[in-house]
Amino acid sequence: MRFIDPHIHMSARTTDDYERMAAAGIVAIVEPAFWLGQPRTQVGSYIDYMSSLVGWERFRAAQFGIRHYCTIGLNSKEANNEALAEQVLEVLPRYLMKEGVVAVGEIGYDDQTPVEDKFYRAQLALAKEFDMLVQVHTPHRDKKSGTTRSMDVAIEMGIDPERLVIDHNNEETVQEVLDRGFWAAFTIYPHTKMGNERMVEIARKYGSDHIFIDSSADWGVSDPLAVPKTARLMLERGIAAKDVNLICYGNALKAFGQSGQMKEEHWLDPAPIDQRVLFEGNSVLRGQVPRVGEPPAVPQHSDATVFK
Amino acid sequence: MIPAQVLEQWLIARLSGDAAAWLKNGAQRLRGGGTDKDLYMSVSLVPRKIGKADLELNAAELGQATSARPGWDPREWSLDQAARVLLLLASESDGATFSRRLDQLCATADVGELVAFYRGLPLYPDPTRHVLRAAEGVRTNMKAVFQAVAHRNPYPFEQLAEPAWNQMVLKALFIGATLDPIIGLDRRANPALARMLCDYAHERWAAGRPVSPELWRCVGPHARGEMLADLGRVLEKGTAPERAAAALALSSSPDPAASGLLWTYPELSVAVSEKKLSWQAIANPA
Repeated sequence: MRFIDPHIHMSARTTDDYERMAAAGIVAIVEPAFWLGQPRTQVGSYIDYMSSLVGWERFRAAQFGIRHYCTIGLNSKEANNEALAEQVLEVLPRYLMKEGVVAVGEIGYDDQTPVEDKFYRAQLALAKEFDMLVQVHTPHRDKKSGTTRSMDVAIEMGIDPERLVIDHNNEETVQEVLDRGFWAAFTIYPHTKMGNERMVEIARKYGSDHIFIDSSADWGVSDPLAVPKTARLMLERGIAAKDVNLICYGNALKAFGQSGQMKEEHWLDPAPIDQRVLFEGNSVLRGQVPRVGEPPAVPQHSDATVFK
Repeated sequence: MIPAQVLEQWLIARLSGDAAAWLKNGAQRLRGGGTDKDLYMSVSLVPRKIGKADLELNAAELGQATSARPGWDPREWSLDQAARVLLLLASESDGATFSRRLDQLCATADVGELVAFYRGLPLYPDPTRHVLRAAEGVRTNMKAVFQAVAHRNPYPFEQLAEPAWNQMVLKALFIGATLDPIIGLDRRANPALARMLCDYAHERWAAGRPVSPELWRCVGPHARGEMLADLGRVLEKGTAPERAAAALALSSSPDPAASGLLWTYPELSVAVSEKKLSWQAIANPA
């Protein structure tokens, strides 16, 4: 079984993670632009960060045989520094058309302040202008009403629900998201948000249409193998392989594939020129067979170097 | 014809009607004094508009390249790279504006764009302005970007000072890039580089790691004393490609002791004199 992790902040992760992810069958990832754990103070920091998303990180992933895509946007937390946010908004168009940019994201609400609302709307307008998909981060606090509001505003701005992903859903938000025709993504966090046992029950109850999962792994406590591990648990608990495949691979591809920037052939059968420029891993068709449902192998050296 | 003209001609011959029209319009707008934004947007959009297939120039076209700009070797260019460089050249106003825009473009570039911008170095106005840009490209850890500066690009040969040149050659070995496609590799061999390379070989030997046979190519012309001993060690203990490389290196040394050493290995010596060994074959093992 192959996996896509459609929300993971690899800039904050190590090469050990990349190795384990590739070994577990993750073939492609989407890295949303977000904050660094503390607020940036200069527009130049955003420029360098976004350049690394379309440059170095993309290259780094390719060296491990993983395809890297990203979303570009101003996150809601940092939208609250209005003067800086204005400058960031100005540079975003420079990045939206870069190779591998699949959506405007992750944008949305954090504290649901008026300034957050202003920049959420401004970026939805940008998505319309550039004919792009949108990836929405829903707030951790006051989640249910924040999620509803994210969708209301998107509809008001004329965004087609089919072209917008609502992320970090839970049992309370999923029904409305699906009813309104948006994509519903779930973040599997080890201790917070969605645990993978809860996800199994959601899959049982809501099926596999317009639902997919991600790890949102970053610099905090998080698990870059959340997608394959949850897939394994779903299979063990009797969810049909066809549905597991959709939730852990197919739907993310279908949603973000609408950008035209993310195609299955990129990892199944990479073009020779692209392999020369970027992709160092074997194509799946030419070799590497991920292990179906097995626990991901941990490279020996990580034990040796980390614990001894 | 100047490079911008040949680029446009090659591209138009290969693109569909829509893509060709988009490119022509874009270039025309920039020639008429387009804004920074016009340039940045059109450069970003290139792969979406015209794709990334190989340019696949024929022999006549490669000849056009050399006449348009001596030393220019675009045989490995792709459509998107050619189009991006064309748009940059179309926007040329004066050297200062050009460099400012190039810096801006590089600051927000994706990997594909960086490769295109660095491959274009030999075509840019006011060549001496771009020395720091080239050095920046050499400092990258992205192999494709490094190779865009170092491989089949006459710019480093023409513009880099010796220390920067030597760093480029050494870095190629570090990141596993071949040396053979570096233009001017033999002509710019120098004693400092030969010493650096021998030191590097010793480090690798000490760590029990393999040494690229190509390394000896830049040692040969300046090999004397201890360096000859290093080559002797390779002849004695090396793999077949390493021994071939050592033999070729010795044959390029002006030191009579080098030919003496080579003659102690009659088979290799004969292979060299009958031109059965070449650096190209060593760089590209079958």
